[in-house]
Amino acid sequence: MHKLLTESPGEKMILLGNEAIARGAIEAGVAFATTYPGTPSSEISLNLFEMSQESDIYFEYSTNEKVALEVAAGAANSGVRTLCMMKHVGLNVAADPLMTLAYVGVKGGMVILTADDPFMFSSQNEQDNRYYGKLSGLSVLEPSSVQEAKDMMVYAFDLSERLQEPVLFRTTTRVNHSTAVVTLGTIRKRIIKGDFKKDPMNYVTVPAVSRKLHVKLLKNMAAAQEIAEKCEYNFIRGSGAWGIICNGVSYNYAADAVKDLNITDKVSILRIGFSYPMPKAVITAFLKGKEKILVIEEGEPYMEEAVKAFAQEQGFTLPINGKSNELFSRLYEFDPAMVRQQIASYFAVPYTPPLLPDISDVPELPQRPPNLCAGCSHRATFYAVKKAAREQGTEIICPTDIGCYTLGFLPPLSVGDFLICMGSSVSTSCGFSKVTDKKVVSFIGDSTFFHSGITGLINAVFNNHNFTLVILDNGTTAMTGHQPNPGVDMGDFSRSGYGRVSIEEVVKGIGVSHITVIKPYRVRKSIEAIKEALNYQGVSVIISQEMCTLFAKSLKKLKPRAFHVSDKCKNHRDCIKEIACPAFYLEGEKVKIDPVACAGCTVCAQICPENAIVPLKSEK
Amino acid sequence: MDTKRLIIVAVGGQGNLLASRVLAEAALLSDVPVRMSEIHGMAQRGGVVESAIVFGDAESTIISDGEADLLVGFEPSETLRAIRKANSKTVVISNLSPLPPFTVAIGRGVYPDLKQLQELIRSKTSKLIAFDAVALAKQAGNVLAVNMVLVGALTQTRILPLSAESVKETVRTKTKKAFADINLKAFELGFSAAECC
Repeated sequence: MHKLLTESPGEKMILLGNEAIARGAIEAGVAFATTYPGTPSSEISLNLFEMSQESDIYFEYSTNEKVALEVAAGAANSGVRTLCMMKHVGLNVAADPLMTLAYVGVKGGMVILTADDPFMFSSQNEQDNRYYGKLSGLSVLEPSSVQEAKDMMVYAFDLSERLQEPVLFRTTTRVNHSTAVVTLGTIRKRIIKGDFKKDPMNYVTVPAVSRKLHVKLLKNMAAAQEIAEKCEYNFIRGSGAWGIICNGVSYNYAADAVKDLNITDKVSILRIGFSYPMPKAVITAFLKGKEKILVIEEGEPYMEEAVKAFAQEQGFTLPINGKSNELFSRLYEFDPAMVRQQIASYFAVPYTPPLLPDISDVPELPQRPPNLCAGCSHRATFYAVKKAAREQGTEIICPTDIGCYTLGFLPPLSVGDFLICMGSSVSTSCGFSKVTDKKVVSFIGDSTFFHSGITGLINAVFNNHNFTLVILDNGTTAMTGHQPNPGVDMGDFSRSGYGRVSIEEVVKGIGVSHITVIKPYRVRKSIEAIKEALNYQGVSVIISQEMCTLFAKSLKKLKPRAFHVSDKCKNHRDCIKEIACPAFYLEGEKVKIDPVACAGCTVCAQICPENAIVPLKSEK
Repeated sequence: MDTKRLIIVAVGGQGNLLASRVLAEAALLSDVPVRMSEIHGMAQRGGVVESAIVFGDAESTIISDGEADLLVGFEPSETLRAIRKANSKTVVISNLSPLPPFTVAIGRGVYPDLKQLQELIRSKTSKLIAFDAVALAKQAGNVLAVNMVLVGALTQTRILPLSAESVKETVRTKTKKAFADINLKAFELGFSAAECC
């Protein structure tokens, strides 16, 4: 049995934050879950995907976050408890349904999890999604710890059902990817079937209906405000005259700092866990009689601005600081020493920060950036495109997209010139090709193509743009941990009962007239096919098909046959300079191939001018 | 309970996530509060993986620069890169078998001299325990047991509030059954190696 389905309340388990969140949803009786995978949220859905195989929970990887939220909205409005998970930028994709779903509301409890990523460990921006609460009028909950993430999930479902509104559950990477001891609770009974009661005057959002629904939303927001004022997740620790207001992981750093600085008797900490609507009465009461206030929050001064507004209404004049005066930055994530230092200096507490090691004599260390895997087919495709363009003397602009292949922008491949969000490769190509005289070749992965590349391609055909789109079809959503997508064979995931959408048929159906499917490990053939596509006037599509090497290895579909560099090598080093596969290393001045890393893709062997790279003879 | 802070740095694929999991499970078994934080994501793409593990009474799950009591590096240049986490009282344990990053092969960096690397670490910390953990893992029966060799070594320092018995018990029960014997042998070899250093 999946460990998160364990029926033993009181048992202690070491859980990753994302496992704890999934467990919290299970304890809350979640019956229906949807997602589009994205770090740092991916393990929540991975666990639900696994559990859906051995329970009556319905789980799906939806095509994108907008779809995931709409699928969930249907289920929730039929009375079923529903969880919809995504990374922070995913909520931008789902923002359209979100804003009006807030008007319509839900019948069964619905929690929308948004995993924010301060410092951008694996994201393109570090937007602060608490503002989505303010924008939509939906309640926002924010846990500080792994245990609380589990407990709060149960509360979130109850809150949603009470308000008849979705609830936003906002985490940050350091909650999702922290691990701690969690005490399990009771699993509530799941209700897996619901019923939809027709009520068009409340469900069909034509203007006349929406005008009424907006009034209802404001009433629900007022009700949420009342609940937030009494919510146990907004709590106060200590009773000193110095006030700290904090949320999420900032609370952990503040609590540790107050203890480390030995000022527990001087400080009161107000931890905000229910952060929209902000608990005005709680905050106002907290401010009363305080000497000064420090607001500690990663991201934007979301709480700070609210606290200042509440103080102004009351005519309080005590100092309130946080991001203002640049005590804390809006950039990146916080850490315990930074928070300790700021608390000490703000409240004038004597404190000697730890002496950092003097690293001025440490030589510059070689960087270790993430790299496309040994044998990755993306590397082969990038090489072929570069080579095709070079052989024709064509200068190319390469908009890229979100996935492992984004790493192609690093030297020596250096393929990847522009990226803003999922699907942007295709649509930005339209703009680039229209106003420049250069050839545009853009890159998108299979999952990202389904997510939001298709609409851009339709646009390109309709508006008669001129560029080449390379669809890198590696049969999985690799970057986030090998999730399925609509193009994959679900047999590879040991699942049945799914449909399958052919990328080639979709592209044909859209009306692209120049389509070529290539096998990127066949280097010369691929180069020739790409040249033809580059010369085509109009929209041309190359579908580069080869299963993700890591995934193929894990499925035991790939039994690597390692290659080695023979004596014929004259040290041209085209292999290293052109494709830079991480299986290569230098021993003195000689190029070597690590036989454990080599996936046997043969690309280097095909481009070696001396044909010096040959299969390693089996030692048996 | 005193707070003890451990940083583990490794290259993706070296098994540091399992190492930290074992230590966390051992803490649970010993009723020691434990919290940790890991940066996942690009680990499988050959990047650096860092785990922070905080034992004892604390809420934070990450460790600031200069605040680790114990720093364990699975790869020598990564140990040196992570030296900012240490202070003059920190004990450092490092594997000495290098995994040069690809940037070295393409001429975009120079791998540090191992002797100089050890001198630098020694000069900035209270103690360096350094040995070839890959050789010991092979001796134990599987090169992938480097993580358990280093778990053995860090247990020997007695800096963490975990007994050797509780860690071994966890290795026995929480790592794959087929590898349990190799892992235990690797643990013992690492433990002894740390005694000698």
